[in-house]
Amino acid sequence: MVTIEVVPQQVRIPLATENLSAERIAYLDGLLQQARNAAAVFTQYTQEDVDRIVKPMVVAGLEQAQYLARLAVEETRLGVMEDKALKNMVATEFVYNYVKDKRTVGAIREFPERGLVEVAEPIGIILSLTPITNPTSTVLFKCIMAIKTRNAAIFSPHPNAWHCCHEAVRIMYETALKHGAPEGVFTCLESHGLQDNAYLMRHKDVALIDATGGPGVVKAAYSSGKPALGVGPGNTPVYLEKTADLNMAVVDIITSKTFDNGTICASEQTLVMDDEIYDLALKKFAELGAHICNEKETKVLERTVIDPETGFMQPIAVGQNATDIARMVGIPVKPNTKLLIAPIQGVGREYPLSAEKLFPVLAVYRAKSVDEALKVCVDVNHAGGIGHTAVVFSRNDEVIRKFADVINAGRIIVNSPGSIGAFGGVYNDMVPTFSFGCGTGGGNSTMDNVNVYHYLNIKRVAQRTQAHMWFRVPNQIYFNMNAVENLRRLESTSTIIITNPAMEHMGHVDIVRRHIPARTLVHVSVIPDAEPEVTVIQQGVEALHFYKADQIIALGGGSVIDAAKIMKLKYESPDADLEELAAPFMDIRKRVVEYPTTKINRARLVAISTTSGTGSEVTPFAVLTDKLAGRKVTLADYSLTPDVAIVDPQFVMSMPKVLTADTGIDCLTHALEAAVSIYASPYTDSNAMQAIRLVFKYLPIAYQHPHDEEARSMMHNAACIAAIAFSNAAVGVNHALAHAFGARFHVAHGRANALMLPHVIAFNASVPTKFMPSPNQRGYIAHKKYATIADLLSLGGSTIDEKVKKLIAATEKLLDQLAIPHSIAELGISREAFGQAMPDLAKIAFDDPSWRANPRMPLVSELVQLFWSAYEGWGGAGTHKHSA
Amino acid sequence: MAAIAEFFKIDGDRVAECIHEAHMQLDTARDQTTLDFSSVLRISPKDLRAMEELVERADNQSVKVVLCGVNVDIYKVLKLVKLTARFSFASNGASSIEAHQEESGHAEATE
Repeated sequence: MVTIEVVPQQVRIPLATENLSAERIAYLDGLLQQARNAAAVFTQYTQEDVDRIVKPMVVAGLEQAQYLARLAVEETRLGVMEDKALKNMVATEFVYNYVKDKRTVGAIREFPERGLVEVAEPIGIILSLTPITNPTSTVLFKCIMAIKTRNAAIFSPHPNAWHCCHEAVRIMYETALKHGAPEGVFTCLESHGLQDNAYLMRHKDVALIDATGGPGVVKAAYSSGKPALGVGPGNTPVYLEKTADLNMAVVDIITSKTFDNGTICASEQTLVMDDEIYDLALKKFAELGAHICNEKETKVLERTVIDPETGFMQPIAVGQNATDIARMVGIPVKPNTKLLIAPIQGVGREYPLSAEKLFPVLAVYRAKSVDEALKVCVDVNHAGGIGHTAVVFSRNDEVIRKFADVINAGRIIVNSPGSIGAFGGVYNDMVPTFSFGCGTGGGNSTMDNVNVYHYLNIKRVAQRTQAHMWFRVPNQIYFNMNAVENLRRLESTSTIIITNPAMEHMGHVDIVRRHIPARTLVHVSVIPDAEPEVTVIQQGVEALHFYKADQIIALGGGSVIDAAKIMKLKYESPDADLEELAAPFMDIRKRVVEYPTTKINRARLVAISTTSGTGSEVTPFAVLTDKLAGRKVTLADYSLTPDVAIVDPQFVMSMPKVLTADTGIDCLTHALEAAVSIYASPYTDSNAMQAIRLVFKYLPIAYQHPHDEEARSMMHNAACIAAIAFSNAAVGVNHALAHAFGARFHVAHGRANALMLPHVIAFNASVPTKFMPSPNQRGYIAHKKYATIADLLSLGGSTIDEKVKKLIAATEKLLDQLAIPHSIAELGISREAFGQAMPDLAKIAFDDPSWRANPRMPLVSELVQLFWSAYEGWGGAGTHKHSA
Repeated sequence: MAAIAEFFKIDGDRVAECIHEAHMQLDTARDQTTLDFSSVLRISPKDLRAMEELVERADNQSVKVVLCGVNVDIYKVLKLVKLTARFSFASNGASSIEAHQEESGHAEATE
């Protein structure tokens, strides 16, 4: 195989218009004005109006198919009248069959499930350049397309096909006009000059150039700066693979390559055949009227039908029949020879016959293997045929797939003729066309078979849609005093209790063990009372493997339960990459990373919370500390949610007062933020509101009277209920601030939340500087939500503003009751230290994903303002200093 | 000089003819002429040409041409052929037309 790259010279169409006379310009301007008015008026037409015009046009085209074909052959001296008549019929009947039921006016496609409607907008004036090879069929095709899409068209035919095209335009125009089309909808240039095209291509009123023709025409169209459909030449490789139906393939190739004397640019140019069938195939070609050239004849053809200077075909051979060509170049052939077949040994300029030949001369190449055959096809494809058409004959699907992979062609025709196959609608179900898009490889804006949709601007009407929401909770939640007894219901062979030293010390582990069925093997794994570290997780997972655990009981606060969640994840899916799973996301419903669904082991996770705040027993979150890397990894996925939650207040009766206060305010913050979250729903609202009510009622009692069983029980429930709300609605900017501040100044999470809370309520209740995009909400409602909460708490107030103030005052009063400092300053943090930390605090808070569901999008400057408000604090009920 | 207005009701079935009549009656003594398109559903290229000619002459005679009752489809046609800038538009409906006539001084309907 020999390959030499071909760089085809471009035929240049000058874009200069200096030589146009004033008279000619006035003439062209007149055409444009006529077309502009027609296009404008056409916008008033309905689909029914348009369809009423199209049908008789199609009939007129069919009736005049032979007449126009004869005119074309007489004028151009190219091709075969009978074939051109067939092309005219395809251009009308087949195209009509495709477009007749297509909507091209108004709403053309509707996707109700997506809330989308596509609405057609006509393009306006289309400057339509038509070729010499398919002159009348292209005109008929483009006229039908233009009317169907309510556009006006100015036709500029190839100079050597002007008369037949003018006649085709006349027939189409008169028919269209008779059936209601606007006057001036089609015009055809009278006489022709290259400068006319240049002028029209650049004219402001021309909306689109649809150029079908040679490379010069196409390049000129694209160079004009106008939107253009420029579809030009090809160089079609055809691979005849050894498994193909040889008889069918030979007939198809002859049919295609001789159709209209090979003038269709999709016709076969170089036939690559497997060695095994090469001789037999040539024999069959010869039997059916092809002449197989010997070496000397091939050389003659190379010198005569291809221009040695440019490497392009000689115009004199285009559209001529094989017998005439043979006679012209002096090759003796039998009468009525259909096709000249010339064996070549490579592709490129040294093998001139490997170029495009719009006449019945077919180059053939003998390939020793599929690999070689495919490579030669790629070479042909890249020698002027990129993006156009390719053909493969094979019964081997793998070969066809590989061919389609490596060949860059808009139309890959399988087991059928290239030229007629590419038209679409005859040998296959492609869209019927007379304009083949060649994609970017061919310098075209489309690779499609050009059709009505390319003659339309398609507008998308997008209805507001709501994100699909969900509400997920653990399968089972057991609550109230002694709810731990429900452990008896849970079958397990091997259970591991993950807990911390305090739980063991307080005897909580023994309580739990007592309620596990006696037949269950139980192992206790005690981990440090701190956010779980990587090493702790690893050890826990090893224990799970060792004991072949089928149940994990997490007994403790948020850290212990988080550790158990991550252990379960790694136990069930050892390949889970925690670093990758912690990748940031904006909306959990659309996140990039996916948590593993394939599980090697399975273990039920039972979470027994021993604090009334984080609600980790029902949340899909877990935080891991990687001390070596010096960072925290936050995991969030519903697969992390425990299977069973036990909300038993006996485990919180002895909680210290400070912990009661801090965790209680954490719970309140969860509920308040979930209530105003952009993901809030009636499902989460019901939980958030109930949690808020319980906190305001029972937290002061639980704080003042730690042994009050009802207060403890209700606060324990409140924490769980608030967690259910924020697990599904997320938290907000309060948490983003608290995370940044708490980490920097080592302040407990609940307390950090408390210091921010009144200021954040005021912030969210005021008119946002920037709204958060929130398709699920109609308007800004955070302040109204706060007012609803104030009503729920019977705080009074007659206006929304008053109610919000009452809520802030009630919150501040609650914080007072819990002896929570009024300000960050009261924690002993100096103004200087706080100021120095501020740039980092603001940056970290802004990076924190928590605020992504906040109703008001915080600017960094607003985060700074909130931090300073929290630093200054509030002076008592309702006197917070933040003024958003 | 007191404002004087001419008013033409355009028949939807003979738009070009009506515009032509208005054209013929353009009078330099009048400041503006109002064409009521409320009966016109659609216009043709011929109608457009008549409108172009009318506005051309009106410009030359410094007569303001006001179109009222123009439906949005026709308005779009005028927009596409860049004619909207050359006309003034009054709101649709009889009440708007009446208001317009009152604003213009003593209105004089010819049809």
